[in-house]
Amino acid sequence: MANALEDGIANELSPDDSSRRSWFLRNPHLTLSPLVLIALVAVWWLATHVFGTPPYILPSPEDVLRSLTAGFSRQPFEVSSYWYHTGITVWEAVLGFVLGSAFGAVLGIALCHWTILGAVSYPYIVAFQSLPKVALAPLMVVWFGFGLDGKIFITAIITFFPVLANMMAGYQSVDPDRIDLARSCRANDWQLLTKVILPSSLPFLFAGLSTASVLAILGAIVGEFVGASAGLGMLLMQYNQSLETAPMFAVIIILGLIGCLMSYAVSVVERRYCFWAHRSAARNKG
Amino acid sequence: MAPDSTAATQTVVTTAQPPMIRAHALSKVFRSAGSKPVHALKELDFGIERGEFISVIGQSGCGKSTLLKILAGLVRHSSGSLAINGRPIDGPSPECAVVFQSPVLFPWRTVLQNVLLPIEFKRLSVGEYRDRALSILNMVGLQDFVGRYPYELSGGMQQRVAIARALIQDPSLMLMDEPFGALDAMTREQMNLELLRLWSHTKNTVVFITHSVSEAIFLSDRVIAMTARPGAIAEIVDIDLPRPRDLSVINTAEFGNYAKRLRKHLQATGAMF
Repeated sequence: MANALEDGIANELSPDDSSRRSWFLRNPHLTLSPLVLIALVAVWWLATHVFGTPPYILPSPEDVLRSLTAGFSRQPFEVSSYWYHTGITVWEAVLGFVLGSAFGAVLGIALCHWTILGAVSYPYIVAFQSLPKVALAPLMVVWFGFGLDGKIFITAIITFFPVLANMMAGYQSVDPDRIDLARSCRANDWQLLTKVILPSSLPFLFAGLSTASVLAILGAIVGEFVGASAGLGMLLMQYNQSLETAPMFAVIIILGLIGCLMSYAVSVVERRYCFWAHRSAARNKG
Repeated sequence: MAPDSTAATQTVVTTAQPPMIRAHALSKVFRSAGSKPVHALKELDFGIERGEFISVIGQSGCGKSTLLKILAGLVRHSSGSLAINGRPIDGPSPECAVVFQSPVLFPWRTVLQNVLLPIEFKRLSVGEYRDRALSILNMVGLQDFVGRYPYELSGGMQQRVAIARALIQDPSLMLMDEPFGALDAMTREQMNLELLRLWSHTKNTVVFITHSVSEAIFLSDRVIAMTARPGAIAEIVDIDLPRPRDLSVINTAEFGNYAKRLRKHLQATGAMF
């Protein structure tokens, strides 16, 4: 890290001092962002060591780090290992996300394509969307028990709606000229869908997916809160009952990292398949 | 360039064939629930011969774009009759290609992929048309931009891609809906010259919608002037200027007379150039 930083400065080296400063400001994600993290940890350290906040309220940074290393240094399939619980939660979140968003996208297309179907089901969709989905979590325990199925199901339901809504918005906002162009070339319905409508709606679809990727973790955790035999959410509840705040912080940090990774994964896929959207929007609409 | 011009000469006129387009009492009324019906086109009568370059001018909202969409088979007319090549229109015809006001390029496709799109839609072999696409792109001056994406091109270049995408369909009828309306004046003049140059190779029939009087005169064999809504034909003017034309023709007295005559039909000041 420090080396990369110095290399960067060396590459940019020029006679006057201002270019060095501008490199520092031009790459805030490499320079300023880590400083913010260091400052936050410093404040945290001060709060625990100097101002004497009790450890059951705020554990010290070292304690949290110790919990993390202890949890991750165990064998992956041991029940006390963080690897195991992280794996379970990620599996629930990812599988629920994939199922929920796939179903949301397909249903979104269907409701737009067969307008009568859309008109009939619209009021029910609105009603179901305004329901707080986490309220269904206890029901999932009744239906699916303490296993993974219920968590996957609740995650799928939570991720389903943003993808559905965005897919429909994307479908409906396809430039009518594009459809006219395709029809003037005698495109059939399937070509219209795969070569015009779907690619045109990708920016919308990805907006939905990135919302859904954040909600996926939420779904898995809520599902585990209500009743589970494994997973980070279950660990959190256990530590909560025994007032072990340091491992609670450790789990929260892991959850944060998973969330970041999932939305990063979506943005990588988006940049691969939807690279044209931002650049086209930056220029005039063409 | 050579293979294209030979391919095009094969499509040239023999007088025994029916006119390219024949419209009789063609009308269009838009009806929607809860509002008054809108009469967009009223009783149009006209014929267009093969290989003719026809412009349609009129104020915004006079129904000229509707006329073009009807010719393209994208919108149904309400009454009257309309035949292309002697056959009544029912839906988009394989011999028509449309160029829209905006280039309507697909931003996720490269220039070449955009040009080949109609070939995909028509379920023809993309591989076989690749060389033809490249030679058309060469003809419109985009040989160096084949692999670029639309957002990397200027407005004029984007519209050239749209024209190339129409040409690859080898249409006997090109329908152009104010294709240069969004371009600046300089680019527009240049595109007009290039369009005439291309047309001199392809010799297909062109119906060109515009609200620019001088563009219409400069390009066309005949100009159809339309009245404001409901759109009806005010006058059809034969443009008897020698071809090939260059920009100097704009300064001639005949050009000025045609412009004066056509401009009578367009009161709005917005339709000056």
